Amino acid sequence: MSSLIWLPFLPLLGTLVPLLSARYSRTACAFLTAALPALTLLLVLLHAGEIFQGERFQAALPWIPAIGLNLSFRLDGLALLFAILILGIGLLVILYARYYLSEKDSIGKFYAYLILFMFAMLGVVLSNNLIQIWFFWELTSISSFLLISFWGHKTEARKGARMALTVTGAGGLALLAGLLILGNTVDSFNLQDILDSGDFIKASANYPIIVVLILIGAFTKSAQFPFHFWLPNAMAAPTPVSAYLHSATMVKAGIFLMARFYPALADTNLWFLIVSLTGLATFLVGAYIAIFQHDLKGLLANSTISHLGLITLLLGMGTDLAAVAAIFHIINHATFKASLFMAAGIIDHESGSRDMRQLNGLWKYMPYTATLAMVASASMAGVPLLNGFLSKEMFFTETLHQASLGSLSWFIPVLATLGGVFAVAYSTRFIHDVFFNGEPINLPKTPHEPPRYMRVPVEILVALCLLVGIFPSLVVGDLLYAAASAALNTPAPEYSLAIWHGFNFPLLMSVVALVGGLYMYYNRTHLFKFQAQFPASDPKLVFESVVQYMTNKAKSIIAVTENGSLQRYIFFTLAFAVVMTASSLMKLNTTAGQRPEIPVDALSITCAVLLTISALATVLWHRRRLVALLTLSVVGLIVSLAFAQFSAPDLALTQLSVEVVTVILLILALFFLPQKTPKESSPRRVVRDLGLASLIGGVVGTISYALMTRPLDTISTFFTANSKTGGGGTNVVNVILVDFRGFDTLGEITVLGIAALGIYKLVARMKLFMPSSDDNGLAWSTDRHPILLAVISQSLLPLALLVSAYIFLRGHNLPGGGFIAGLITSVAIIQQYVAHGVEWIKTRIKLDYQIMIGSGIGIATLSGLGSWVFGHTFLTTWFDYFYLPLIGKFELASAMIFDLGVYLTVVGATMLILANLGQLTTSERPIQKEHD
Amino acid sequence: MEGLYAFCVGLLTACGIFLTLRGRSFSVVIGLTLLSYAVNLFLFASGRLKLNAAAVLGESEQYSDPLPQALVLTAIVIGFAMTAFAVILAMRARADLGNDHVDGNLPKLPSEVSNKSSGGNK
Repeated sequence: MSSLIWLPFLPLLGTLVPLLSARYSRTACAFLTAALPALTLLLVLLHAGEIFQGERFQAALPWIPAIGLNLSFRLDGLALLFAILILGIGLLVILYARYYLSEKDSIGKFYAYLILFMFAMLGVVLSNNLIQIWFFWELTSISSFLLISFWGHKTEARKGARMALTVTGAGGLALLAGLLILGNTVDSFNLQDILDSGDFIKASANYPIIVVLILIGAFTKSAQFPFHFWLPNAMAAPTPVSAYLHSATMVKAGIFLMARFYPALADTNLWFLIVSLTGLATFLVGAYIAIFQHDLKGLLANSTISHLGLITLLLGMGTDLAAVAAIFHIINHATFKASLFMAAGIIDHESGSRDMRQLNGLWKYMPYTATLAMVASASMAGVPLLNGFLSKEMFFTETLHQASLGSLSWFIPVLATLGGVFAVAYSTRFIHDVFFNGEPINLPKTPHEPPRYMRVPVEILVALCLLVGIFPSLVVGDLLYAAASAALNTPAPEYSLAIWHGFNFPLLMSVVALVGGLYMYYNRTHLFKFQAQFPASDPKLVFESVVQYMTNKAKSIIAVTENGSLQRYIFFTLAFAVVMTASSLMKLNTTAGQRPEIPVDALSITCAVLLTISALATVLWHRRRLVALLTLSVVGLIVSLAFAQFSAPDLALTQLSVEVVTVILLILALFFLPQKTPKESSPRRVVRDLGLASLIGGVVGTISYALMTRPLDTISTFFTANSKTGGGGTNVVNVILVDFRGFDTLGEITVLGIAALGIYKLVARMKLFMPSSDDNGLAWSTDRHPILLAVISQSLLPLALLVSAYIFLRGHNLPGGGFIAGLITSVAIIQQYVAHGVEWIKTRIKLDYQIMIGSGIGIATLSGLGSWVFGHTFLTTWFDYFYLPLIGKFELASAMIFDLGVYLTVVGATMLILANLGQLTTSERPIQKEHD
Repeated sequence: MEGLYAFCVGLLTACGIFLTLRGRSFSVVIGLTLLSYAVNLFLFASGRLKLNAAAVLGESEQYSDPLPQALVLTAIVIGFAMTAFAVILAMRARADLGNDHVDGNLPKLPSEVSNKSSGGNK
């Protein structure tokens, strides 16, 4: 079933179409845009027959199967129903939007966003993996944000879009948490596994938290009370968007989620209480508020909230029949509400207003549209022979069978009837207030019928309302059954889709709702007066003030914790580190371990004393910077002696050569920095820092001692044993670097190269402070290149290069190698710079250090890739022994090529840093005065 | 010997940390250098101290642990690159900001501090 993978991705491809075709006429753009969704719809419908037979299609592409991450899709009854809604209504909206959007709007951008949303929504309903559902879920929030803010020049569009994104985005995070806990509880992120382990989930201790988190996600998306406020504010979107996202599809995503996880999560008291009570509250609140809206779209938005509440209530009732009714109402609501939104859009478009206080008596001006809108409204009110009536009857029937509130269960049918009354009242208002009730008042333009094809989508949807209403089982019977069976994860129970069930209680409730609603509308003036007594509260203002409050709070917290002082941050970081390490160190019983210590000799003591003195001197004299630098270099020398003493000749050589380079670097840098540090730390701060520093020093020393006096269980025996036979070298350290852990080394020289290039960029645009004299006011010496130094350096150069070649070549078998050889070469070249100056060098040594770094890393990588040619894994080395007359037996190893790459990178990086820094002084730069 | 070694590591750490906590960039760079000495010695010592046991086959009876040595070798070179980057950053910061304090501006005098705290939030 590979075509299944294509279902959501065809629309994704389709997002490009409108962007590319926007240059042609708007009609062409609309038709081209519709092509891919239409193809997708066709593909979906081709599967319909088999799905009605009970088939279920699945397809997956493995991504990280080890942790259950696959790109995985499924097409079952529920997904089929939603896919048809998304694609079908989507196509109608594309046609409608062609006429709705004005010439000024960028239709290509609009269609691209719309198709992006279509892709996301299809992804939600077709996904067979929890994480994937969430991913597409968030994508719907983002594309919804883009669509609501499409008219970004309007404040309310921006604010509405932000609010919708904040609410649904926050819900999405809760959903992610819920899905992660759910997946970990079941130990699978595959949807089918989840659906099949419903009993296990409900019995687990995590169940309550999973339900609450997932429901928060569903309720925010489907605008359930108390998160309903974002939906009316999202009406700032162009009307096609309201018809598509905010009535037919996206707001149903929450409902879809509840239906999808129905077998896994429903059927418990917790689920019942939360879902049904939330649904009931939303149903009533939405319907009541809808009556008082003066904005056409505001009325429809609140009515949408109410109907979403109705569906939620049905899903919370806990009976299979209620779930069937819920799914039936999803279909019906999508058809009548989308057509109503489109009708409202036509009215807005052709009369210039959406305010029902201005819109009156439109029947005379647009009788055809009025008829369509009236039929859809009647369906919304639940008038017989229309689809809204059928599902509302089922709803009433189910409310009568509720026993979950115990002796208070009779509340549910009564409140349901009350909601029905409200629904009839606002539907009547939509019909009477707009199309009759006198003459229009102050409309910007004279209303008239819309273009022919703008009405087509409305006609199709209204026809569906009628067809479903009159021949329910013929038109949607199979689809409903398949969707309900998929939602329940078992075959759906017996139910009858007939229009006439005889004189029974639900019919009475319908009659009460109709009569009550008409009566209520007739007496609306009293009701409006009553409602006017309450102070108007705008949820937008409340929301904005909450956001503002939280932003201010966050700012004040940040002002305390983050005052911008790095000096302070590093103190807290280190203090936290010492708390963490010291606490676990206390669990160690003794400091000293079992391993016998090496006896102390006089030389070591001398070195230790030297190191102590020079380290302390560095701290004491750190404000006299040049002196501190000298004492620092003494520390470095003793460190390299320590390496030599404790059997690490490679380290000693490296440390020694790095030491030279570092000191030259720091002296160069010191030229551009103040020569002395002012005394500015308060005594309290000095004591505090000394305390922390001693504490950390003590902790690190203790760890080091405890570590060294305990026996070692090393993995290095492998390296020692295989160094000669596997790597062809006797210097194990070098073989590890170029062979066993060659990949690490490759990474490290890359970092070195990046650091050098970064420094190059930093140096390139530097505005320099160039002191003309030292701190004591003495001018710099003009005797720049002492002749003695120049001559000796020059004669030393070939010798130094020879030494570095020797060190490089022997590196595989004796201490040495690319790193050390590279550093020695660098030192030799730097020596020339010091002795002769940049201008002299520039004419003689023409090395491009950037190219050197690049070729070094390139050679190292290629030598690794070379092993692929011979069918080995990356960086496998090859070596063999050869014999030549005069020279004798010698060894060739591919690791040497790698080491050559290391060598070149080290030389290039070191020289790029130092040469560029050194060159700064030679260019003729204006002296900039430091402002203190 | 191990005790002496550990003492040196601890001392270098303490000196490095103290200088890292100072306000001027050059002191911080010196502190980082001292700290990287300490870290390298510490890592190296995790292979335990051995005398006359270079990890070169055939040169001695027993071998020291080569793995920490290989790690520290690259750490020394990378440490140089890091020091260089930090010091150049310090130079750049001084050139762009006009001072060499790590916070980017010179600490306020006590009189200014008291003014600010009485002013409160905007």
